[in-house]
Amino acid sequence: MTRKPTLAVWKFSSCDGCQLSLLDCEDELLAVAGAVEIAYFLEASSAVARGPYDLSLVEGSITTPHDAERIHQVRRVSKTLVSIGACATTGGIQALRSAHRLGDLVSAVYARPEYISTLRTSTAIADHVPVDFELQGCPIAKAQLLEVVGALLAGRRANVPTYSVCVECKRAGVPCVLVSRGLPCLGPATQAGCGALCPSYGRGCFGCFGPKEQASDVEAPSLASAFGR
Amino acid sequence: MAEVLAAADLGVLLGALRARGYRVVGPRVAAGVIQYAELDDAGDLPHGWTDEQAPGRYRLARRDDDAYFGYAVGPHSWKRELLPPRVRLWQASRDGLAVEEEETDYQPTAFVGVRPCELAAIAIQDRVFLDGRFADRDYAARRADVFLVAVECGSPSSLCFCSSLGTGPGATDGFDLALTELHAGEHRFLVRSGSSAGNAVLADLPTRPAARADLETAEQVVEAAARAQAGRFAAEDVHDLLLRNLESPHWDAVAERCLSCGNCTLVCPTCFCTHVEDTSSLDGETAARDRVWDTCFSLRYAEMHGGNTRPTTRARYRQWLTHKLATWEDQFGTSGCVGCGRCIAWCPAAIDIRAEVAAIRQEDAHAHA
Ligand code: SF4
Ligand code: SF4
Ligand code: SF4
Ligand code: SF4
Repeated sequence: MTRKPTLAVWKFSSCDGCQLSLLDCEDELLAVAGAVEIAYFLEASSAVARGPYDLSLVEGSITTPHDAERIHQVRRVSKTLVSIGACATTGGIQALRSAHRLGDLVSAVYARPEYISTLRTSTAIADHVPVDFELQGCPIAKAQLLEVVGALLAGRRANVPTYSVCVECKRAGVPCVLVSRGLPCLGPATQAGCGALCPSYGRGCFGCFGPKEQASDVEAPSLASAFGR
Repeated sequence: MAEVLAAADLGVLLGALRARGYRVVGPRVAAGVIQYAELDDAGDLPHGWTDEQAPGRYRLARRDDDAYFGYAVGPHSWKRELLPPRVRLWQASRDGLAVEEEETDYQPTAFVGVRPCELAAIAIQDRVFLDGRFADRDYAARRADVFLVAVECGSPSSLCFCSSLGTGPGATDGFDLALTELHAGEHRFLVRSGSSAGNAVLADLPTRPAARADLETAEQVVEAAARAQAGRFAAEDVHDLLLRNLESPHWDAVAERCLSCGNCTLVCPTCFCTHVEDTSSLDGETAARDRVWDTCFSLRYAEMHGGNTRPTTRARYRQWLTHKLATWEDQFGTSGCVGCGRCIAWCPAAIDIRAEVAAIRQEDAHAHA
């Protein structure tokens, strides 16, 4: 039999939630382990196989000078690199710092600011190295992660649609919470992938899957006018 | 031939359908809307409920009577049954390279509470999927054993405009049974059969022959429903109007409001756009192809080798409106719109296709004055 493709999972500035989606695959985890050799995944095992790796999943954003160097090493040892989750694809919630003066923030948060070595910004992996695929979500959906891994193994295009959450909401037959209850819902501007999780439970989408395709063309006043109608 | 069924005997109709092996699907209140779902008995029907609709808004409200069908239409349409959101077309396994088409052995289903505009929508999808050289195997199989219980409209919403398109509020054909709910005096239904299957079910029901007063009352119900929505849409010239205004600046104005979310197409009972999704198992042993609802508001839908034919919201909105109201006619010989109002109610941005056409008409009159 031919050698199994090797998989590595890397962490930058993040909460680990996206990596955990992989462990959370439970039923499918055996299939994953059957299809790839999990060569580097500190969250799951301390055993580390040396690179290069066929597929690297990268979680987290680049927030320190060390991160900014390490991501280049990761890119060098990875044949295919997929960034996973909001931090890795957008800079994440920690990118909020970009709007403030770094010194103010550091001294407001840390008792000993002089120990902190950090960049002024928190940026996406793709801002630093070429990325082969970006998987959005906070955290990512495990079904989409399996789809991306499966598609890469099969050499086909992954079914990861970039249209709105509304499309999934309607397919699921969920009554629109915005129209039927006047709840604020960001579904029209948010990328599908979660299966319209929040509307299925009678709540508005708060956008955790990030912007959908051409989201910058969505006029905010038009969407906001829908809330509470 | 028309008969009268007491409202209290509505459950007998549902029972008769079930006894003939039908799965019975119809309106019921769930999650704050009237949805289509399986019905166990007449108690599941939304009696005493109505819907209040406005652009971008839908609310349930109590009626002051106990009408069973005293609402207009909800977010679901019968395409959920006939063209479900996801259908497996085939699967294949590496083992012997076997490709299997999916079984299409569906349980016969009775649709209860089909509105006249929905009969028209089903007829439109029948034309799309059954006529011509390529009949759709899955649609044909689902459609084959459907029993249609239509209910004429007595409570159109403020968004209904079927009377302008000739698709309602009365039911003339395309049903197995058609009911009209009557309140004046005794709460009852006028029942007409439109097929031999309808005759057979009707014969099982504890009905009495309709008297002249019953027929007149039923006519009045439908006439009042038509009057309530008179003049809401001018359909006669819309085909040429839209096609001679393809470069109208109004498309830019709509594009500023439109979110490209796709809700309008997904709730529309005639919209049929899907894409196929190929998947494979992680071990590479099996693969499958599903057909999934898509929308012409998704970017990918117009993606082809060499580029995208509808790269902007302006282009996509124009595609939606001109296809529904103009080019559909060239393609299938009818309008693609039956006037149900769903796309207006369920548009988060409250875009009203009637108002958009009116704006283009006004601009057109101005330009040609
Ligand atoms: S509930 Fe939200 S996601 Fe669902 S259709 Fe409405 S606006 Fe879209
Ligand atoms: S509905 Fe919106 S907020 Fe909820 S899980 Fe999906 S993308 Fe996230
Ligand atoms: S275009 Fe709108 S009003 Fe016309 S049939 Fe479709 S959803 Fe109903
Ligand atoms: S017209 Fe309304 S429902 Fe349709 S895509 Fe635009 S915003 Fe969404």
